[in-house]
Amino acid sequence: MPVEGFMYPNEIELQWSVLIVVYPFVTGLVAGAFILASLERIFHVAAVKPTYRLALLTALSFLLVAPLPLQLHLGRPERSLEMYLTPHTSSPMAMFGFVYLWYLMAVILLEVWLDYRHEIVLLSQSTTGWRRLIYRVLTLGSSNISEGALRVDDKVGWVVTLIGIPSAFLLHGYVGFIFGTVKANPWWSSPLMPVVFIFSAMVSGIAIVLLVYMAMMKIRHEPIDMRCVDTVAQYLLYTFIIDFGLEMLDLIHRISVADESFRSLDFMIHTRLFFSQVVLQIALGTLVPILTLGLIQIFHVPEKVRRMAYAICGCLTIIGIFAMRWNVVIGGQLFSKSFLGYTTYKLDLISREGELVAAGLLILPFCILAVLMKLLPPWPERQAASGD
Amino acid sequence: MITRRKLLMLLPAAAFAWEYVLAGTPETAPGFNRNEHWWGMLMDITKCIGCGNCVRACATENHVPDGYFRTWVERYHVADWHQETPQVDSPGGGKNGFPPSTAVGGKNFFVPKLCNHCVDSPCTQVCPVGATFHTPDGVVLVDDKYCLGCRYCIQACPYGCRFLNPTSHTAEKCSLCYHRITKGLTTACCENCPTGARQLVDLKNPADPIHEFLKTHSVQVLKPHLATGAKVFYNELDGSVR
Repeated sequence: MPVEGFMYPNEIELQWSVLIVVYPFVTGLVAGAFILASLERIFHVAAVKPTYRLALLTALSFLLVAPLPLQLHLGRPERSLEMYLTPHTSSPMAMFGFVYLWYLMAVILLEVWLDYRHEIVLLSQSTTGWRRLIYRVLTLGSSNISEGALRVDDKVGWVVTLIGIPSAFLLHGYVGFIFGTVKANPWWSSPLMPVVFIFSAMVSGIAIVLLVYMAMMKIRHEPIDMRCVDTVAQYLLYTFIIDFGLEMLDLIHRISVADESFRSLDFMIHTRLFFSQVVLQIALGTLVPILTLGLIQIFHVPEKVRRMAYAICGCLTIIGIFAMRWNVVIGGQLFSKSFLGYTTYKLDLISREGELVAAGLLILPFCILAVLMKLLPPWPERQAASGD
Repeated sequence: MITRRKLLMLLPAAAFAWEYVLAGTPETAPGFNRNEHWWGMLMDITKCIGCGNCVRACATENHVPDGYFRTWVERYHVADWHQETPQVDSPGGGKNGFPPSTAVGGKNFFVPKLCNHCVDSPCTQVCPVGATFHTPDGVVLVDDKYCLGCRYCIQACPYGCRFLNPTSHTAEKCSLCYHRITKGLTTACCENCPTGARQLVDLKNPADPIHEFLKTHSVQVLKPHLATGAKVFYNELDGSVR
């Protein structure tokens, strides 16, 4: 029985599918990865340097995929450009398009280019064939790598990162704003939504960079820089505590206020969202990583155990944040706006908005990242070798 | 002076601008002045018998796909003091009427629903391209040649009045039979209501009986706390109605 109680007749069919779950999840990874990268550049946290370029490339890979779930979800995808040509300025969704473009063009691409320009120019001179052509295009006609020019690159890159931090907040805060401003839906309508989205984005972004870094070191048979992963794990813990605190604040506020929607939301958490919210998001995806990372801070834990703990915590965090996006997007549509009934969401395996497409969209950024890492190696020693 | 080169550059810009101007222009009828009207609807709960004529008429007039509703009728059963937990049903949107009620005690009544053509409509606010818009005479319409099918408006409507048309893949909702009212006719649902429970009203027309009705009756809109400026007025609306 898909419907329990009463739903308005047009509400029975869910409008936003798993693809709209993927969209804030992917966008969050972008913002989080970038903020981690800025730690080294702006806040001079030297310990995380080995992840700096990796974080930038990760952010770029996920950013390129971010609009795809939206595009695939549209009823008339061929009209999507209208959002840029004739935007409706009062619509958070329309404005997101511009925030996205700004972030892609003025922050990520520019920063990656400035950071890699020196290597790009060298590679355009030392490589041959199609690689040479690609690097030549990537120089954008600027082959001056004098000391003065590189100093300018560095200064401009610093400014771009500085602008990039609020931009990253804006990017993902705006995703939260898209949901938070829907006053028809009490599950979404909250001024805390953008803030919760930003911090959960930071959590997921830090976790994904931590995982990718450890995986890459394993693949490359190189030792993991423990000082680096310890520091990254520390930041993961701190942001996690803020994120969890905010989410609990939201929950406690809802319980205390207990307005007309509370009965519906309470019912959902105890039934249809119990597994995804209580088990996956809160217990496995939040409390276990926080406790584990916290214990590592307090007790002396051997290196090998720490590595394993970070890998497990990273995976659980990613699962937990995905579950959080699921609970927001899908959970927000499972109850009637009359607060008198509930529906269910059936996830198709093979359809335009099905499981396979969602899985593909989650794998695609890693494929892009692999190509980018090949093209723009984040590790200087290997890059020099490939240049030879 | 406009050179050939300048003209070539201006043409695409003009095409875009013209498309923007055209988007959101509702169809017009000869002799109809949109600025002289301000449309709404009056629902008299005490008169609705739940026959479903309105739902059928709407579906026929507007080619509403099966399983979707521009208008529908809900049946409420409120047992004694259970104001916050009424039993509500709307089988098939009430299109074919209702089976006999099995509820015992309390009160029963029907509530016809449709787009509230809100003055401060959340749906028009969120549309990323302005495909859903207000006409000068207070009707909220969707331009299906412009809608992206993003469904943000469906999420934003607090009343559940919108759906995605499975054929055009664009948002759809009650148009207040704009093609009829601009020709001096009433809506299909009002035309076919056997008891006069639904009445199209023109709030700008001083001769419209709605003014006297609003002064002399206990009238309410749905979900007033959301401040959407709903223009579907309900006479004798029970507090249990959501």
